[in-house]
Amino acid sequence: MSMPAAFVRIIAISRKEFLHLVHDRLTFGMVVMIPLFQLVLFGYTINTDVRHIPAAVADNLNSGFSRQLILDLEATQILDFNQMATSPQHLESLIQDGVVSAGLYIPHDGEQRYYEGEGRPLVQLLVDGSDTTLAAAVRQLSNFSFQPGSTVANQSQSQQIAVRLLYNPERRAALFTVPGLLGVILTMTMVMFTSIAIVRERERGNMELLITTPVRNLELMLGKIIPYIGIGLIQVSVILFLGVLLFNIPVAGKLLAIYTVCLIFIVANLTLGLTISTLARNQLAAMQMFIFIFLPSMLLSGFMFPFVAMPKIAQLLAEILPLTHFLRIIRGIVLRGETLNGVAIDILYLIGFAMFFLLVSAVRFSKRLD
Amino acid sequence: MKNAIQVKGLTKRFGRFTAVDRVDMVIPRERVYGFLGPNGSGKTTAIRMMCGLLEPSAGEIEVLGMKIPEQTRQIRRKVGYMTQKFSLYSDLTILQNMQFMAQIMGVEKSQRSGRVHQLLDRFHLSSFSNRPAGALSGGQKRRLALAAAVIHHPKLLLLDEPTSEVDPNTRREFWDELFIMCEGGTTVLVTTHLMDEAERCHQLAILHEGQKVADGTPKALKQNLGSRIFQMDGQDITSARHLLVGLPEVLTTTRIGVSLRVMLRPGQREDEAWLAEQVSGCDLSIKTVEPSMEDVFVMVTQETDKGA
Repeated sequence: MSMPAAFVRIIAISRKEFLHLVHDRLTFGMVVMIPLFQLVLFGYTINTDVRHIPAAVADNLNSGFSRQLILDLEATQILDFNQMATSPQHLESLIQDGVVSAGLYIPHDGEQRYYEGEGRPLVQLLVDGSDTTLAAAVRQLSNFSFQPGSTVANQSQSQQIAVRLLYNPERRAALFTVPGLLGVILTMTMVMFTSIAIVRERERGNMELLITTPVRNLELMLGKIIPYIGIGLIQVSVILFLGVLLFNIPVAGKLLAIYTVCLIFIVANLTLGLTISTLARNQLAAMQMFIFIFLPSMLLSGFMFPFVAMPKIAQLLAEILPLTHFLRIIRGIVLRGETLNGVAIDILYLIGFAMFFLLVSAVRFSKRLD
Repeated sequence: MKNAIQVKGLTKRFGRFTAVDRVDMVIPRERVYGFLGPNGSGKTTAIRMMCGLLEPSAGEIEVLGMKIPEQTRQIRRKVGYMTQKFSLYSDLTILQNMQFMAQIMGVEKSQRSGRVHQLLDRFHLSSFSNRPAGALSGGQKRRLALAAAVIHHPKLLLLDEPTSEVDPNTRREFWDELFIMCEGGTTVLVTTHLMDEAERCHQLAILHEGQKVADGTPKALKQNLGSRIFQMDGQDITSARHLLVGLPEVLTTTRIGVSLRVMLRPGQREDEAWLAEQVSGCDLSIKTVEPSMEDVFVMVTQETDKGA
């Protein structure tokens, strides 16, 4: 008897929230307009200097020559070789798993090629092209001129390092930006909508009535987020549709994975918003708290600046933010063809995040006025 | 269970301010019971504690035989609450608001639609049920709020100043509804600062600065006033008033239209002749009158002020 009644109450709250949305034309318009504007505006992303990109090296030459080459490349500060690999295939798998963003392959005849001077590249540099900022930084290295020893032995004009882009060979920034935008837009709208959801009822005096009804905290919280899950999925569809239409984002065959991850991410953001709403005294305070969350999400998550190029402390902070994990997942899926299994840790983090904040909001929400 | 509400030593403090101060009260079942008091007398705070919206700083509350806060959830199913400020959703229509309340208050699905429309008819809201609640007049909003508060057939109805901003005709209809519900077995607790409304209640308590200063039936309250009331009519009531103000025997003098109403302090046995002596020289007629609710109210609140 208790279960269906609880269910009815959740539906009642959800239906009411949906009606608020329908009546509020402005908010409803924002649901579609925010993705549209942002997508067009951010179609061109910001390029920045990038240093200390984690890289792996497969040194099949393993001589003084190759070790000096590695040291010289590290001296550019663009790459940090912190992983060893055995073969080009191994390098590719390290990149696919996101362990490193670049891989240097030194073939066993690398030194020989140098002295032959036939213009064959000595080594190959594999780069995760899905992050165009990173890729651009690594591509500078194709002009790198290596001089073993102190003598100017061979002034070869030919390219010594062949850079090969994995996953995004055309270096299209949009491929990188659009999945990121998916995360930014969802963070913005989902957290914003729900951060005022409870404080607004408090401000308008509805709460005084609502809390004298038999509705339970968790029922109220679930009822409040359900309509926004629908709204979030509509936004995902708008962004994907535009992304395919305007920027040719490859989503074919990955839709189920994309929607699954987006759904989890949406719920995580909604529960975060609800928690803000139970903490804030008024709508203005809720908005300030929202910006307090949103700005770091924009700046630290890897949307604007490559994650690996950030200082350690910023990375640690970023790890808390759901957007950081979402970007890792969605870029992996859309650009590198990752499976859900491959990004399981980030997905688990988001699920844990959502459950944690759903509970926090339900506990924080007091069915009293004092 | 003989009483709808029983409170003992009920106290609510906000910081250093005491809004409700050691109130004892028994509200019998199936009565229209009034809380009379000026703004800030603690009526709203008391009613909010009785429906579990505020936690008492001290004291015990028993509502419908159940304890607050332990059994607040069960109590909420049986209590209807109408807030002082309109608290339904302004952007939702009348019908949507009523449907929402029916669902949330647990009205059975099979009865929901019937119940909603029955109440809309009864409170004359059917003809504009698709209008947003925010677009309604003050009286219509009050009727909607009352309809929503009774949707689940509550045993106890708590109404916080339900007739503020309402014209006299709507107010009369509103009170008629309260008595119909009362006859149907519902206990009604209503706060007001209007004397004529207080007079309609079966029983009432007068609150002043957080304390209960009097309670009983309107009739008993007036009979037990213990003060003599005189009405003076004539040309010179202004000068008469000047003569009377400041006399130790006189509690208050109030101008009501062309009359002057004089209340003596309780226990003073002075009569019309004494009063005529005090205002000798003024052209006035003096007669003894029955105490009104307002006299009771002025009396009990002034007495407390003097004591403080």
